[in-house]
Amino acid sequence: MVRLVNVRKRFGDNEVLKGINLEVLKGKILVIIGPSGSGKSTLLRAINHLETIDEGEIWIEDVQVTRPLKGRQFEKHINRIRQNLGMVFQHFNLFPHMTVMGNITMAPMLLRKIPRKAAEDAARRLLKKVDLIDKVNVYPAQLSGGQKQRVAIARALAMEPKVMLFDEVTSALDPELIGEVNKVMKKLAEEHMTMLIVTHEMRFAAEVADHVVFMADGVIVEQGAPDKLFQNPAEERTKRFLAEVFK
Amino acid sequence: MTGLDFSVLGEYYPMLLMGLVWTCLLCASSIALSLAGGVPLAVASISRNPGLRSITRFFLWVFRGTPLLLQLFLIYFGLPQIGIYLSPMAAGIIGLGVHYAVYNADVMAAGIVAIESGQHEASRSLGLSRGQTLRKVIVPQALSNVAPALGNNLIALLKESALVSIITVPELTLSAQRAISDTFRPFEFYIAAGAIYYMVNYFLELGLKRVEMKTALYR
Repeated sequence: MVRLVNVRKRFGDNEVLKGINLEVLKGKILVIIGPSGSGKSTLLRAINHLETIDEGEIWIEDVQVTRPLKGRQFEKHINRIRQNLGMVFQHFNLFPHMTVMGNITMAPMLLRKIPRKAAEDAARRLLKKVDLIDKVNVYPAQLSGGQKQRVAIARALAMEPKVMLFDEVTSALDPELIGEVNKVMKKLAEEHMTMLIVTHEMRFAAEVADHVVFMADGVIVEQGAPDKLFQNPAEERTKRFLAEVFK
Repeated sequence: MTGLDFSVLGEYYPMLLMGLVWTCLLCASSIALSLAGGVPLAVASISRNPGLRSITRFFLWVFRGTPLLLQLFLIYFGLPQIGIYLSPMAAGIIGLGVHYAVYNADVMAAGIVAIESGQHEASRSLGLSRGQTLRKVIVPQALSNVAPALGNNLIALLKESALVSIITVPELTLSAQRAISDTFRPFEFYIAAGAIYYMVNYFLELGLKRVEMKTALYR
């Protein structure tokens, strides 16, 4: 479903992705863990081209994200790809000038030309799913962090993406609000949504992941099934990281 | 010396009223032009295209750096020289509108730049193009964030509209002057005109307050 081939990315002299190869299968959940600065967020953001990579290829199904197109053509290409990739951010990034309903229906109405009525019906279904149906006409400023993040997930789902990207979506939340967001993500997992999750929540990672990738210093140090990687890591670097996290 | 005698106003009341109507028409049109023109100028002045950006910034710099009165003269007296004839009213609307579009563009551009990058990213990640992102996400937020500063510009526009009397738009100031040349009562008529300007401004401010309250909803 998502395939990365030898992906490299530099910020000035600092190479943050040093040749990453990775594959996510349809309906599977890949969780990326690792210390800050390991390049895991950059990797996720490269997949929908919020970061431009310097080398390598990124594929979504049989479409190359990094197709060598120029200017306007590339814009069109990337906008089409992004419609199939839902992204949820650490800081929610809801549109503050729109109600919850507006946040969710804007993109489907504008890009998929879905009539308002149908878009709003779909939005209500999504809000039921994330347990926020009573907040339809509220502005984001009136929501808690956990509620904001659930709206952000609904907003991404409204475009009916094939893949969901989660970039440390619980890192900015108060501890007691993390559970409600994780619950929504588990629900998606049960529906076999293909997901890439960057997180610091090891327990959650162990629970939902089909496959865990441990990154450090721009490389994949180790990857495998969650049981194996968390209980019995092979690499010294992974052991040190896990020991640090679970201390 | 004669004392103040506001009873002369009674006879010239219809004249001042007509002046008020012209001033309102003039200002409403210029305000619309200054806001509608401000947005594209603001976007162009911070465009990624260096050519467009430079040209726009030069245009802004010229209009900000020269007197409004001179610009009105150029439009009304200068343009006919190259075959473009405008009515005083049209020249006044264009002069005031463009002059304040430049000031508004400055304020709006600052507002657009201040919107955090997460808003761009969220919008782009949904698949919106750069233009759609500006139109739907960035500009609406920027405008409501800078609404108070834009309001100040519009109040300044209203007061500066008096300058347009010089190119013979029969607005409030010119009406007062005409009444004065009939009656030789400058004090009474200038004070009356001033009071009317103040009243119009008061209503403009009330309107602006309401806009600001509306945008405060989502903060």
